[in-house]
Amino acid sequence: MNEMPTTVEKVSDMTVTKIAARKVQVYYGDTHAIKDVDIDIQAKAVTAFIGPSGCGKSTFLRTLNRMNDTIDVCRVEGDIKIDGEDIYDPKVDPVQLRAKVGMVFQKPNPFPKSIYDNIAYGPRIHGLASKKADLDEIVASSLQKAGLWNEVKDRLDGPGTGLSGGQQQRLCIARAIAVSPEVILMDEPCSALDPIATAKVEELIDELRENYTIVIVTHSMQQAARVSQQTAFFHLGVLVELGATQDIFTNPQDKRAQDYITGRFG
Amino acid sequence: MTEHTVSSYDEELTTIAGRIAEMGGVAEDLVGDAVSALMRRDLALAEQTIAKDVKLDELLLDIEMRNVQVIARRQPMGQDLREIMAAGRIANDLERVGDMAKNVAKRVIAMDEGLKSSTLAIGVEHMTELALAQLKAVLDAYTRRDAEAAKLVRDRDSEVDAIYTSIFRELLTYMMEDPRNITQCAHLLFCAKNIERIGDHATNIAENVYYMVTGDRLTDDRPRMDETGVADKENV
Repeated sequence: MNEMPTTVEKVSDMTVTKIAARKVQVYYGDTHAIKDVDIDIQAKAVTAFIGPSGCGKSTFLRTLNRMNDTIDVCRVEGDIKIDGEDIYDPKVDPVQLRAKVGMVFQKPNPFPKSIYDNIAYGPRIHGLASKKADLDEIVASSLQKAGLWNEVKDRLDGPGTGLSGGQQQRLCIARAIAVSPEVILMDEPCSALDPIATAKVEELIDELRENYTIVIVTHSMQQAARVSQQTAFFHLGVLVELGATQDIFTNPQDKRAQDYITGRFG
Repeated sequence: MTEHTVSSYDEELTTIAGRIAEMGGVAEDLVGDAVSALMRRDLALAEQTIAKDVKLDELLLDIEMRNVQVIARRQPMGQDLREIMAAGRIANDLERVGDMAKNVAKRVIAMDEGLKSSTLAIGVEHMTELALAQLKAVLDAYTRRDAEAAKLVRDRDSEVDAIYTSIFRELLTYMMEDPRNITQCAHLLFCAKNIERIGDHATNIAENVYYMVTGDRLTDDRPRMDETGVADKENV
């Protein structure tokens, strides 16, 4: 047997850690949903979380911008640092945190407002634009980054909900981008989209990773393989295997990871 | 390994592995028959060997088609992906083994006067036994998914190479002794080269079996000698 360097080392040698989680536990009441998760998420790369339903991948994703704070019975322990700063520090304002760590959900959820206002909402409440011209600029550039500009530039006053599903999802990505986040969390962003809309979102993810750290939860192994550089496999609340995507999908080390990605899970 | 949730996926992979085993059996027969034909000057057997090579071509095509279907329909990953990749490459090697055997059989027919003395070919026969043992061992390693056995096959290839080098020298000596031996010895030399190539294909298969089972590549650190006596790391 060749001694192969562990894939995690191989990847992190070249990159900067954006999010460092240590000994993270999540409880829903008495249920221990996330157990002892240690993970380094690389800056300006796509990290995919995979695993069977109920494995905790979405729960863990939501700890990264404190979305679990909104659930009363939910308790998070351990250390999660973004750029070295503890995001669970009492001094941290969760609203500011969620601007820095944006989120896109499974079902596109545009506000029942115009396309323009969907994008402008965040910058307005965060006071990112003082003049109308600045706001116009943010709206245009966010839509451009989300690859939606050409499709909607002539109907910015039209309702966001009038767009197709794929366009709505890219609108939600544009909305997340508008507040200049550093990290974008995506919870199964393509599961409600057709293959063409999915391809457009994947193309967008590929472009966005130049400037953003992206963490994506997906049930599609092929999608994880296509879009991510690093893959984490969760099972029963435990991070079972973490490695370079190219290794995880050709040569997973853990039996549970092997069984899951090859379609052998019982 | 545990079964797939979708059982027809298992059936597809099992069928492909079965086809490889079938190809392996046919390839072994072809090599054995070609060299028997050479030793016994059995032209009929040589003809049969040439005709039977078609079977390997058909099987290769069948495996390639099945692989394409599995990739298109299942998007195999992990161990399954490595199985499919390895099956394609092993099938190619086995098809080439058949070609080598066919070439030996053709030379049996081309040497119209037959072997003047089978002592000339004894070295080739001995080499064939070794190459066949290698082929058999690697096919067993494939069937049993045994990476260590595959590694042993690869490490033993130097024995086949060594015999080839000694046959090369021996045949040169015969040619120098009596120029009337040249035609026959040249044919035998090509036969020996063919058998030596079969050993190389067994080595390729061993490397693919090792990768298929472990996901790691065997590092290529063994020097190889050809008849020129020069160590060569590139020429497989």
